[in-house]
Amino acid sequence: MTLSTIPTDLNEPNFVVDMQGIVKRFPGVLANDHVDFELRQGEIHALLGENGAGKSTLMNILAGLYNQDTGVIHVKEQNVSFNSPKDAIDMGIGMVHQHFMLVPTQTVTENILLGLDEPRFRLRLNKYDKKVAQLGNKFGLLVDPSAKIWQLSVGEQQRVEILKMLYRGADIFIMDEPTAVLAPSEIDSLFDNLRTMIHEGKSIIFISHKLQEVMSISDRITVLRKGKVTAEGIETKNTTRQELAKLMVGRDVVFTLDKKVKEAGDIVLSIENVHALNDKGLPALQGVSLGVHSGEVLGLAGVAGNGQRELAQVISGLRNSADGRVLLNGQQISNRPVRSGIDRGVAYIPEDRTHVGSSPNLSVTDNVIMKIYRNPPISKGLAINSAEASSFAEDLKVKYDIIVPTIETPVRLLSGGNLQRVILSRELSGKPSALIAVQPTRGLDVGAIEGVHKLLLEQREAGTAILLISEELEELIALSDRIAVIYEGQIMGIIEDADIETIGLMMTGTKLEEISAPGVG
Amino acid sequence: MTDTTPSASQKRRRFPFRVQIEQRIDLPSRLYQFLVSFLALIVALILGGILISMAGGDPFRSYAHIARASFGSTGVLSDTIVKATPLILVGLACTVAFSMRLWNIGAEGQLFMGAFGASTVVLLPILPADTSPWIFIPVMIIAGALAGALWGSIPGLLKAYLNVNEIITSLMLNYVAFAWVNFFIFAVWSEGGFQMSPMFPKTAWLPRLADYAESIPAFRGLTTHLGFIFGLILAFVVWFILYRSKWGYEIRLIGDNPRAAEYAGLNIKRNIILVMMLSGGLAGLAGMSEITGVVHRLQGSISPGYGFTGIIIAWLARLNPFAVVIVSILFGALLLAGREIQPSGIPKMIQGIILVCLIASEFFLRYRVRVIRIGED
Repeated sequence: MTLSTIPTDLNEPNFVVDMQGIVKRFPGVLANDHVDFELRQGEIHALLGENGAGKSTLMNILAGLYNQDTGVIHVKEQNVSFNSPKDAIDMGIGMVHQHFMLVPTQTVTENILLGLDEPRFRLRLNKYDKKVAQLGNKFGLLVDPSAKIWQLSVGEQQRVEILKMLYRGADIFIMDEPTAVLAPSEIDSLFDNLRTMIHEGKSIIFISHKLQEVMSISDRITVLRKGKVTAEGIETKNTTRQELAKLMVGRDVVFTLDKKVKEAGDIVLSIENVHALNDKGLPALQGVSLGVHSGEVLGLAGVAGNGQRELAQVISGLRNSADGRVLLNGQQISNRPVRSGIDRGVAYIPEDRTHVGSSPNLSVTDNVIMKIYRNPPISKGLAINSAEASSFAEDLKVKYDIIVPTIETPVRLLSGGNLQRVILSRELSGKPSALIAVQPTRGLDVGAIEGVHKLLLEQREAGTAILLISEELEELIALSDRIAVIYEGQIMGIIEDADIETIGLMMTGTKLEEISAPGVG
Repeated sequence: MTDTTPSASQKRRRFPFRVQIEQRIDLPSRLYQFLVSFLALIVALILGGILISMAGGDPFRSYAHIARASFGSTGVLSDTIVKATPLILVGLACTVAFSMRLWNIGAEGQLFMGAFGASTVVLLPILPADTSPWIFIPVMIIAGALAGALWGSIPGLLKAYLNVNEIITSLMLNYVAFAWVNFFIFAVWSEGGFQMSPMFPKTAWLPRLADYAESIPAFRGLTTHLGFIFGLILAFVVWFILYRSKWGYEIRLIGDNPRAAEYAGLNIKRNIILVMMLSGGLAGLAGMSEITGVVHRLQGSISPGYGFTGIIIAWLARLNPFAVVIVSILFGALLLAGREIQPSGIPKMIQGIILVCLIASEFFLRYRVRVIRIGED
């Protein structure tokens, strides 16, 4: 297949993608309602919208995963109709999905080669490892080609996805919320990668609902709301965050939280010199000590993979500590069965909503009783009192505003925000004395994030000791009373009036005392 | 490609419809689910009919004959129920294990060990031959279930503590169980060199309908035995365990998402072992019911692969214990018809076709198929 790039009039911008009047219906939803979208050669075009606005649907159509009901797509001046992602890749369109499409047990190189005609039969992995490494170096996408996917961090897995598309010769990239999974420093390097790619003549569609990122990386912006375009291809430099937020959600978003001044109480959760290994058997925590007071939000900042996950697991009892201990109101909860922590009042909002926090094929009811089904009144002898369970679930549904047809609906059919509400309702309804929240707003849209923040602050006022582990610095600063920073399994320091620069320095491995010491900072 | 684009798109227009397949994002209604399964059954019968006529038979007469041979009179209906009894029990055994995504395919071996366990009561002997049935039968039930449960616990323990794949171990233990039973019926308890144990005393037989023919003449010659009642009671018990009890909730939670179960503080290892034991115990009862209700001695040919058919039954019943009873009776009918229909492979073939059609019909529950007129909005 040869492509003749038709030189166009210099005054006319050169559209590499031109989608006109795209309509896509799903049962009960009009996901795209006559959407127009144009991508110029060599630009980063942000596609902005809340979750469920139709961004991913539109891009899945462009990537050949769905067919549009009506509408025309031109790619590089050709009328196209894709029947599979392969057709789209052949036209140079590569999509990096939010949920990675990688085989966990295979190596990076094997994943990249998967489905290609070359190599034909004999896998000379060494040779291809080198090719992959070279490609990675060119774009600054550093990853060990012979590592297995399950060994990699989320950020590294994303690099593999990008490499996969580069290897296939894609020149139009669709990045589906690429920063949702990344730490701040990783986001910076991703942005550098994206700019490098633009210099190499690639064009990028950047799907996001984060205004700040869109403002800093994109050249132009298209905003979708409820399947319709509310702003088409506006220049980033001619707009503001406030204006974009309005276009996105249709109302003015309050960026400040109503956080009441509150005196913290006694130490509830006390983490004492905890050491632990990660899944690969390497030290992940090296002497972490933290104390969380009742009625306090202690934020834990850090680049992903510096031991946050392991710390949350040690506290909840899912991982044993090698040394040190965790106390809840003076009683040891680390290196004890998970249940003893739950029974003593530890609530845990895990990072991974679908794989850890919920059971996808079970109903909303079954999901909310997950931690209390052993206790009366839901437990009744050997049986579960289903009337009690249902009324409990109905109560939570109303109280936490879970939008779901019935409480018997399997939670896999719920949107991310609603699923998070199910998890929050389960964890918070038990009136926990300590709450560990890991990335509680990851991947949620603006409205849902607001809701989660409100719930966390309510819990703070109720006197719960909250350990908030997040990679969203803004979120941490807005919610936390104090912020601790973790780096390579060690606490770099705890600060009360946090500013982003200091936290940034600590996140890259500078201890707080080194910063505040004269002559260093 | 650049120049051919218009004609290519015209070519596509020649056929004015296209079929579009979409993943369902809602749950299909129960009526729809039932209709899909029912249509799958009809399709299977049609396909089976085509094959029968290709083999030179008349499909309508064959089906009518199968129906008559298994449901035509109280006598054959009773025989159908006799065949269905062990199927219900192993179907339930598989249902329990599969609900936790524990792939116990050793029900056949557990059935044999259950039969062996129940036999020890008579043959060791644990109880003298003149014991009252009121003691004999409960003790044999316990022995049979216990032997099956112990046999089932082996793959469970290996899975829980050493993470050994239960599919391999439970399958391989079948062959150990066959050899174990064969050793006893060839060598230890052999009756006059035949590969079977001596006949059990009448006090160790499960009561049959025919036993009451004196008071109710209609029961004359009916071989349906107490094991069927066990099956019905246990179907209810298994349903209660799986869908109403705390333990069943744990089983379903672990089955659906073991990581979430661990996060919720469940003891997964203990549940693996317990579920394998319950599963093995139910399969063991199937063996016990066969030797005490049908053949009345320990012998090698007590099961024509009931344990493996149980896997299919659990699957077709979509892990619903009551559906297991219905599917088992249908399969019992097909087994019985196998004696009447020549070639005798036909009922087995029909079983296979039904299974394939039902599994294929799942597609329509997960996806929505739309036919779209091209150019239509």
